[in-house]
Amino acid sequence: MKLRHNKNFTAGAVITGLMLAVILVGMVWTPYDPNAMNGRAKMLAPCLTHPLGTDNFGRDILSRVVEGAGATFLIAAATVAIGLFAGLVIGGVTGWYGGWLDEIVMRFNDAVTAFPSILLALVLIALFGSGKYKIIIALGVLFVPSFARIVRAEVARQKSLDYVASARLMGAGDMRILFLHILPNIVPVLLPSVAIGFNNAVLAEASMSYLGVGVRPPDASLGRMLNEAQGYLLSAPWYALSTGAAIILLILGFGLLSEGLGGENGAA
Amino acid sequence: MTKRILTLALAVVMTAALLTGGGQSAFAAENDGSAEEITVGIASDLDSSLDPHVSSSLAGTREVLFNIYEGLLKPDTQGNLVPAVAESYSVNDTADEYTFTLREGVRFHDGSEVTVGDVVYSLSRAAGLETGEPLVATLAGVASVEAVDDSTVVVTLSASDAEFAAYMTAAIIPDGSDPADGIIGTGPFKYVSRSPQENVVIERFDDYWGEPARCAKVTFRIIEDGQAMVMSLHSGAIDLAAHLDASQAAELSELNVLEGSMNLVQALYLNNARPPFDDVRVRQALCYAIDKHMVIDLACDGHGTALGSSMYPAFGRFFDEDLTDCYEPDVEKAVELLTEAGYSAADPLRFTIAVVEAYTPHVNTAQAVVELLRQTGMVEAEILPMENATWYSEAYQGRDFDATITGMDASTLTASALLARFVSDNAKNFIGFDSADYDAAYAAAVSATDTDEQTEKFKECERILTENAANVYIQDLADFVVTQTDIEGYAFYPLYVMDMSTVCRVG
Amino acid sequence: MAVTLLLISLLAFLAFQLIPGDPVTKLLGSDYTPERAEALREEMGLNRNVLVRYWDWLSGFVTGDMGDSYNYGMSVRQVMAGKGVVTAALSLMAWLLVIAISIPLGITLARWQGGRLDRVFVAMNQVFMAIPPFFLGILFTYVFGLVLKLFVPGGAVSPRDDFWGFLGYLAFPALAIAIPKAAMVTKLLRSSILNQMGQDYVRTAYSRGNSRWSVIRGHVLRNAILPVVTFVAMTLADIVAGSIVVEQVFALPGLGRLLLASIGNRDYPVVQCIVVIIAFIVVFMNYLADVVTQYIDPRIRLG
Repeated sequence: MKLRHNKNFTAGAVITGLMLAVILVGMVWTPYDPNAMNGRAKMLAPCLTHPLGTDNFGRDILSRVVEGAGATFLIAAATVAIGLFAGLVIGGVTGWYGGWLDEIVMRFNDAVTAFPSILLALVLIALFGSGKYKIIIALGVLFVPSFARIVRAEVARQKSLDYVASARLMGAGDMRILFLHILPNIVPVLLPSVAIGFNNAVLAEASMSYLGVGVRPPDASLGRMLNEAQGYLLSAPWYALSTGAAIILLILGFGLLSEGLGGENGAA
Repeated sequence: MTKRILTLALAVVMTAALLTGGGQSAFAAENDGSAEEITVGIASDLDSSLDPHVSSSLAGTREVLFNIYEGLLKPDTQGNLVPAVAESYSVNDTADEYTFTLREGVRFHDGSEVTVGDVVYSLSRAAGLETGEPLVATLAGVASVEAVDDSTVVVTLSASDAEFAAYMTAAIIPDGSDPADGIIGTGPFKYVSRSPQENVVIERFDDYWGEPARCAKVTFRIIEDGQAMVMSLHSGAIDLAAHLDASQAAELSELNVLEGSMNLVQALYLNNARPPFDDVRVRQALCYAIDKHMVIDLACDGHGTALGSSMYPAFGRFFDEDLTDCYEPDVEKAVELLTEAGYSAADPLRFTIAVVEAYTPHVNTAQAVVELLRQTGMVEAEILPMENATWYSEAYQGRDFDATITGMDASTLTASALLARFVSDNAKNFIGFDSADYDAAYAAAVSATDTDEQTEKFKECERILTENAANVYIQDLADFVVTQTDIEGYAFYPLYVMDMSTVCRVG
Repeated sequence: MAVTLLLISLLAFLAFQLIPGDPVTKLLGSDYTPERAEALREEMGLNRNVLVRYWDWLSGFVTGDMGDSYNYGMSVRQVMAGKGVVTAALSLMAWLLVIAISIPLGITLARWQGGRLDRVFVAMNQVFMAIPPFFLGILFTYVFGLVLKLFVPGGAVSPRDDFWGFLGYLAFPALAIAIPKAAMVTKLLRSSILNQMGQDYVRTAYSRGNSRWSVIRGHVLRNAILPVVTFVAMTLADIVAGSIVVEQVFALPGLGRLLLASIGNRDYPVVQCIVVIIAFIVVFMNYLADVVTQYIDPRIRLG
């Protein structure tokens, strides 16, 4: 695979790598217990013991940002995994067989993509209730159509190529051709969409948690923390800034990666 | 090219215009800083119905309607009942016949004078004498309402009730009227307009019988978001907001900050009817594990009054301070009780705490409670945030919850307003509390005609709740009212009301 | 288009039947008794078959009657009227800002490709694209509202009272929504122009002695703008969705806040109406993008 914009790819890899490293370390160790409260150390300004200060419960903001970034990352990754897997199956089958099934599924697809994903997610969360796993399911479902559409188009294109015909001549079954022969060929096309999808998932999760329908308290989540931090903009602007910076870095890293992989702009 | 883009833009403008229609203004009247107009921020929209007799689900509605409607009597800032539409009243010895003499010259907002006919209509409507179904639950005991002459009304009860006068705060409305068709009361302000999710406007009623309101117009602007409320105060977009919490007040220290109390019982309400909280040892363990003073420190920056039972200090003689620290915080004792009940560190007590997402003080309290319980090493509580509607239908009405943090307030200044709900067969007994002792004590209290005896019995009720650890009582939340520096006259009531008639702008 | 909209409205209608929490319990509040709830349900027609109710709603909607709000005791139309103006104005302003920023910027950058401005943009572009609009809104509140005091956070004014003040207040949320989108469009336009610059017809135009600017203006732009127009048309949907969140940041009384409140109150007629209107905007914009594309380049036929 040729990396068109190597600078972008490198920068993206470095940022994403650093964020991942921080998140991984955060899973086994954070400077403080992210949920431990301290009535005597509330709303501290950044200092040596608390590099990003403390929040209104006296919890260490740095530890919570790390934990929150981890939660957001996991939710986004799981969302994309669900969307990608279901998208591959649905897009693969409809692209391969076409016909009335294709027609119905794609019509349904259009209906789902007609909604802005945040709006649909809000309705789904009202349906299922809030919480980490429910967000993953709600967002995951919403991400299926866009992946399905890309896979379908690509499978339909590859179907008429020579290597598929020769595989068929060798007696390979439909599913074998679809998943063993065609799938590896569409991975390069899918990679940038995966990165873009990841970013959209991060944004959606952060927005929903910001609106108060996402991750439940006391679990740390970047969006929810931003919501709380907004109340202290006057006295503790660093709270909002550090939390927002973490979201931007997560999105930026994957944005640059997708750019480097040759994806078009972040529209999805 | 530009032309085409313009055409496109125009098409969109037109679509948008078509979709939205003209319609009413989306905003509160602009705060022009006039000395006579005051803008108040309120945290939630009012109920759809502004019928004063339909006891609303939202305390926020009652709070605003307090300025518009009045009863024969009304509470003052000390919690005493003072005559309003009535000039005076008397009770017979058996406390089952109340006689009210109307004040002369009281006018409705439409200009007509209040007559005995209006009073009989209003009270009959509220007590549901014709339909058989009381709109105001506390008036269920009314047997008849009769006009004796042009200025005297007699209310007869089916059983004696020494507390009944407190219920005569029920609003007086014009004879034959329906609040759905027009909001007409006798209060110091008259209703002007409302716009959903935006504002409610009231104006001074110039023919008010009593002390006229000190400002000409009050706009209640609905600002659901707590942060937006703080910003609006900070920027001067609103003049006054009540029910702020300590951290919000701290952000606004350059303005006038008044501290009162919310007048409610905030507790971790436990579902006594089902496991794990059908076991008194488990309930008591939680009482020992949750240090309410620590919770107040963590969640409310130390502001709030610790409570030990379903009663708060504004009730004066009914409040029993000794119950507050009945359970000394003691983690070891909690662990001991939990072990006895069959829990261990490997098999901890697990339960969920339902809490309405929008009520930040309750969510914050829940976070502190979860953390304190976690420190015992034997309790894993999980917060279950929900929307108001879901909480009502599932937790409150459906009684499908483990535990919930909420605040119970009183609509009248009677002990039964807080204590009736724990009688085993009461429709509002959402925690499923079931104690024969309690039922007996409560019944004795209600039928008592002697004040001291009644007080003693109600205190016994409170003690039973505490001893049985019916709920983990936490506090009466601090209520911060923040106003611009040129606003004065705000007064706290022992009830959840917001009296705007004494508020004005100075200088 | 019509089929898609029908499908959306049906799905939305069915979804609300499954959500826990009953509008009746919310309406009755502490006066709830099973008998009253049943009576109210009967009165509101909630006991009828779902499909019957859907048909009722649909036939009303088509004739412009959107039903009555459960919660506010007035028609959905009345409830929505003022809010729609806010959301429409905000979205439109953000959308026009996207166009106003990105089209000149994209062309300028392409004209002086490799110049200082171009290099700064290429380096910063990804950062702008990565900022969530609601965080940008919080930043604006802090910088422009609290520090520079250019506007009053939470102090939105009515377009009736003060039209310019209203637009002035909207400028900040609109900018917060527009900047990330404008970064995308600028990038797309820039690369689209540069792509065209390598084509044969451009070399021919150069050989006739045209300057780079006149080649871009006279020949390239027409072709390069095609994919951009489609994209710009489709961003409006994202902008409407983004405004729902940003309204919350700036405490604007628009459809987004109404939607959140109505979901919380189980006020389905209002929710349903908002959902269908937003879906309509999206579907309509997609359709419009197709029409415009075809208009600019008649070779493309609508399928």
